[in-house]
Amino acid sequence: MKDLKKCIALAMVASLAVCAFAGCDKGGSTTGGGDTTASQSGGNSGSSEGGKVYYLNFKPEQAEQWVKLAKTYTDKTGVEVKVDTAASGTYEATLKAEMAKESAPTLFQVNGPVELAAWKDYCYNLKDSSVYTNLKSDDFALISGDEVKGVAYVIETYGIIYNKTLLNKYFETDGAVAKSVDEINNFNTFKAVVEDIQAKKDDLGIQGAFTSSGMDSSSDWRFKTHLANLPIYYEYKADGIDSTDAIKGTYLDNYRAIWDLYINNGTCDPKMISGKTGDDASAEFGLGEAVFYQNGTWAYQSCIDAGMTDDDLGMLPIYIGAEGEENQGLCTGSENFWCVNSKASEADINATLEFLNWVITSDEGRDMLANQMGFVTPFKTFDEKYQADNALIKAANEYIEAGKTAVSWNFSTIPSEKWKDNVGSALLEYAQGTGEWSAVEKAFVDGWKTEYQASHSGADEAAATPDNA
Amino acid sequence: MNKKVLRIYFPLFALPTLIAFIIGFIVPFGMGIYLSFCKFTTVADAKWVGMQNFKDMFKDPEFIHALWYTALFAVVSVITINFFGFSIAMLLTKGIKGTNLFRTVFFMPNLIGGIVLGYIWQLILNGILANFGATLTFSEKYGFWGMIILMNWQQIGYVMIIYIAGIQNVPGELLEAARIDGATNSQVLFKVMLPMVMPSITICTFLTLTNSFKLYDQNLALTNGLPSNKSELLALNIYNTFYGRVGFEGVGQAKAVVFFFIVGAIAVAQLFFTHRKEVQQ
Repeated sequence: MKDLKKCIALAMVASLAVCAFAGCDKGGSTTGGGDTTASQSGGNSGSSEGGKVYYLNFKPEQAEQWVKLAKTYTDKTGVEVKVDTAASGTYEATLKAEMAKESAPTLFQVNGPVELAAWKDYCYNLKDSSVYTNLKSDDFALISGDEVKGVAYVIETYGIIYNKTLLNKYFETDGAVAKSVDEINNFNTFKAVVEDIQAKKDDLGIQGAFTSSGMDSSSDWRFKTHLANLPIYYEYKADGIDSTDAIKGTYLDNYRAIWDLYINNGTCDPKMISGKTGDDASAEFGLGEAVFYQNGTWAYQSCIDAGMTDDDLGMLPIYIGAEGEENQGLCTGSENFWCVNSKASEADINATLEFLNWVITSDEGRDMLANQMGFVTPFKTFDEKYQADNALIKAANEYIEAGKTAVSWNFSTIPSEKWKDNVGSALLEYAQGTGEWSAVEKAFVDGWKTEYQASHSGADEAAATPDNA
Repeated sequence: MNKKVLRIYFPLFALPTLIAFIIGFIVPFGMGIYLSFCKFTTVADAKWVGMQNFKDMFKDPEFIHALWYTALFAVVSVITINFFGFSIAMLLTKGIKGTNLFRTVFFMPNLIGGIVLGYIWQLILNGILANFGATLTFSEKYGFWGMIILMNWQQIGYVMIIYIAGIQNVPGELLEAARIDGATNSQVLFKVMLPMVMPSITICTFLTLTNSFKLYDQNLALTNGLPSNKSELLALNIYNTFYGRVGFEGVGQAKAVVFFFIVGAIAVAQLFFTHRKEVQQ
């Protein structure tokens, strides 16, 4: 009986506490909301006095450089800038946790329209900000309705990175299918070259034509997202659309062909790829055990660290056997968009906008972004002095100068992460021989439809709630 | 006098713990239940949607799969861990040479954290499987047995210590009396030993059962749910729903609440049944 009383008392204390804490929370968020409206009506001209900047950075590779840049800014202006970087692969989780705090990030990033749908209530309209007005084109902004929700700050390119030295060695062998890299401008030639290299791997002193197609989570995005972009791109192109609620999978056979090529001509047995990581592939390529490595400009540093030089590195477009692919270039786009937290205080928002303006206009900021972080930026303010330069970016520029059409990053229209996971799993099972290709088709086509519906019913509700509230 | 002192100082001493308990447990728990009825992106900004999350939850085939997979995992690991733990405890109470060394060695894996253990075993098991042209994530069966091996290795030492304490508490005269009465070895074990160490069995099955249901780090490190989320246990499934799917935070929260009730119900039922079997000395 006594115990029962105690339990009841405890429960009552607990419920009281819950109410009290919930009350605090509500109070906090409503004042936050109040500030937002105030700052919006006040516009950009508002003061940033006492404002603070908190940037939740996505790219661990550049974590230290951001901290350094923030310190420079603080030393110059006295405005406090805090930079935090989420560990690789945990950005979304960290952002969710940080945004719930009282001192939430004022500057964060989303990776495209799909993630924007979740965060759009938190995105300040950047229409009048200098980061938007200095953009080279609206292609680099996330625009929802007439509001600018996010602005890209780095443009990246991916394709099939190749080891020039090894490839040239191959071209000199007897009966080489091609004699120069310029001849490789379609899937059939590429396939012939890859298979011939694989056959001659012992003569060339390599383990395989391709690095391992690891399906560990540190590497599987190369195939379930980046490689999947190509069939999506060609389908959109053929249908003249730029997003869809139901994909048809017109180019799935091409997807299969390139995936077969990767797994059957790699450094390891396709049965082993489930355990192979991104580091494995990077190491194999860096040590010259493989000639081809599907990745992007961001992989430059790891190749150099592994002892390669600029002369070793080149990049080929990913040919999948689509019509007119002789004119196809590399895949260029962005999945890094800056967003300013609209729920932060007016002073913090203005401080953040000023900080961003400084980053893209000052000498220190531009030098850091372009020359030290190695970012290709979409801002007009980056003149010749501030152009990132490395062998992979050069390769990307050469394709553009040669008049090839860059492949856009349509994977940002993929309905959800779940879709990617399901396609990735199906690809893996197909490669291992434990699943059929039809499972990939199902995940690709049917999965698109169900995931689109699942994520959009949610987005519609979210869009409807502000009106209800 | 004593009672009066107690009455004055009890709140003073209990208060810090109580506050910590409320902040660290009761409040998050209450918020968690509230959030399971909401749609939200960040926990501070939630909209009430009623039972929708619970409906969506059961539409997710992976959740149902994770539920059965976890149940199977719990059954197998509870049986194996307790069987081996008890057997080793019996061996190490026979007074063989180096008993203390063995006890320490068997207990040591328990001192290593789950994530670290997971990665170590991933290397070991993948190294072995590589000879057969497979990896741990080749199919969910490999992951399942990998986790069983890992959990056995980690937990056997722990339950062994509890069993040793229990076995040492069995009065020597009882065993002697049984022998004099002509009991066979198996009769001594099943009719005397087991009933006497029943309190230890209660504790050990409780610990292993709840641990197996709540397993997260080892699952994350060993297979991370691969392939196709088929080796995903409940806790990892909840985490992935909450953080991995945009717009499914509420569903993840609802799963967590259901998860709590499942683990709670099973643990209480298990305590009730094993308690009944305990004998008073």
